[in-house]
Amino acid sequence: MYVELKNISKRFGDFQASDDVSFGIEKGKLVGLLGPSGSGKTTILRMIAGLERPDSGDIFIDGVRVNDMEASSRGIGFVFQNYALFRYMTVFGNIAFGLEVQKHGKKYIKERVGELIRLTQLEGLEKRYPHQLSGGQKQRVAFARALAPNPHLLLLDEPFAAIDAKVRKELRSWLRETIAKVGITSIFVTHDQDEAVEVADEIIITNRGRVEQIGSPARIYKNPATPFAAQFIGESSVLENYASLRGFHYVAGFDKAVIRPEFIGIFKPGKELYPNASVEGRVEDILFRGNILEVRLDVGGSRMTAYRSLEDPELHVNERVSVLVYRLFLYNQEQVRLIENDVISEKDSVFI
Amino acid sequence: MRRVILSKAGPDGPRRDNNMRPSIIKWTLISLCVLFIVIMLILPLATVIVYALRQGWETFRDAVLDEYAVKALKLTLLSAVLAVSVNTFFGLFASWAITKFHFRGKQILTTLIDIPFSISPVIGGLVFILIFGRIGWAYPFLTAHGVKIVFAVPGIVLATIFVTFPFVSRELIPLMQSQGKEEEEAAALMGASGFHIYRKITLPHIKWGLLYGVILCSARAIGEFGAVSVVSGHLRGKTNTLPLHVEILFNEFNLTAACAVSSILVFLAVVILILRNIAEFRVKKETR
Repeated sequence: MYVELKNISKRFGDFQASDDVSFGIEKGKLVGLLGPSGSGKTTILRMIAGLERPDSGDIFIDGVRVNDMEASSRGIGFVFQNYALFRYMTVFGNIAFGLEVQKHGKKYIKERVGELIRLTQLEGLEKRYPHQLSGGQKQRVAFARALAPNPHLLLLDEPFAAIDAKVRKELRSWLRETIAKVGITSIFVTHDQDEAVEVADEIIITNRGRVEQIGSPARIYKNPATPFAAQFIGESSVLENYASLRGFHYVAGFDKAVIRPEFIGIFKPGKELYPNASVEGRVEDILFRGNILEVRLDVGGSRMTAYRSLEDPELHVNERVSVLVYRLFLYNQEQVRLIENDVISEKDSVFI
Repeated sequence: MRRVILSKAGPDGPRRDNNMRPSIIKWTLISLCVLFIVIMLILPLATVIVYALRQGWETFRDAVLDEYAVKALKLTLLSAVLAVSVNTFFGLFASWAITKFHFRGKQILTTLIDIPFSISPVIGGLVFILIFGRIGWAYPFLTAHGVKIVFAVPGIVLATIFVTFPFVSRELIPLMQSQGKEEEEAAALMGASGFHIYRKITLPHIKWGLLYGVILCSARAIGEFGAVSVVSGHLRGKTNTLPLHVEILFNEFNLTAACAVSSILVFLAVVILILRNIAEFRVKKETR
């Protein structure tokens, strides 16, 4: 493990920002710390950087315990949420700052800054000041500035939060590619699951100062380990009386279920694939989401959200439809369990 | 996936259909304002100049170039320079401490700094009499070492410092708060030393604000009367500042000379006002 946190706790007054956090990150990975605001993800990042001190626990970087090491000697590049560019310095000055502090020669600084300017595609903007740059350009300057002194670990705090939605998408893939090109171990913080899923090799889900789950995006998506992970990832809705759905029985110890849009099929009455497994529902609302329709359903008093292709027969608000639920995540305080629709699995087994 | 929100296109908002009333209010307020300024400021200042020149240019020049007037001007400038330097130094580290660190009693410290704003300057003078004067507890010690504070230049400087010390820090604190800590953290992470960070990152941000504070501080230091009057002892040519000199001339019914010397103060005020406006403009431009 390149970066390792062991039993880290941190308190700010009454607020428990980190509660016995432990995890490890392999060299070269791009890891996303994902959690709602106030879940302690930024605190973790700042403790790794040395901007905050943990109350207890140990932090290791490349096998060395860094708790008592100065932030500046940890070999870390940090990209701040609002970039924190030096506003009275040009783009060149910003990127060169760390190199000047390290007392490199003028020639080397010029070369290195030029290299980073090319890497971040900021050619021609060297003499601009931060206030003359767009959000995306600022982010790239912050990125170049953090990389300039050749850090071993790159930390990014909400790197896309201050950028408008359209540019954000582009920057995500750009960042992913560039980090891969540089080959630096990186950790970024985000509250946006799309961002985490799209950018990270591995996701660490945090909630209330604790780590809920660590794993690849696909793994977390398919096998949420905790109730929080099940609800937080994906467009989840919570069902109270899941046993009223056809094909599902009450499982002792599990009172609630999480359902995701992709677990639901909508059919016109009489056109069902599995009539015995379907329940009746009513279309409450239909939202156009560009390439797909999001359908809000009322099924026996429970609300759920499903997706529908634009190619499928058109639905109308208040229309009666047949709703087929393929599977659910049941959960209680500690556990999550995936269950499939009985009727379908029985039927399928007959075919086999 | 983000939800597409189709905002409804609509009118820019209700237009004010009655433009008359705001206009009347506007001009009434402006005229009241101008009237007030003319009566309270322009008229008195003009009167000072007129009185100063009433007995001709020669008298004016004599009053201004009078030995005691020149000495008073020198002392005023000296105490202003000293007070401003001390307060600039204090303001820089006070604002640094208050904005960049968390500590207990920060609010109390901030409030304490403001005391000279709310307290009468006379009290500022009195406290130094009570400490360093003949009845003060530090007096025996000071006389034993041959140091004279009250009724001497050091007392004047101390009183001026007391009255003007919030100006610089008060100007810098909000400015440094708005800057936040992130830029400094970023620099520190890259290994920059505290002084390097201060010089390269903090100072460029606050320089115009600092200048603005220094100018306000100077204006107040030059014009200070109350506190200085208490500790000065009014020794002509020794512990007399310009405002005190004006008072002495006035008490001697030498109205023309009093006004002539006053006009020096008015002139200084105008220069400071111009500098102040330049600095203020720059501060606004930089904080935008």
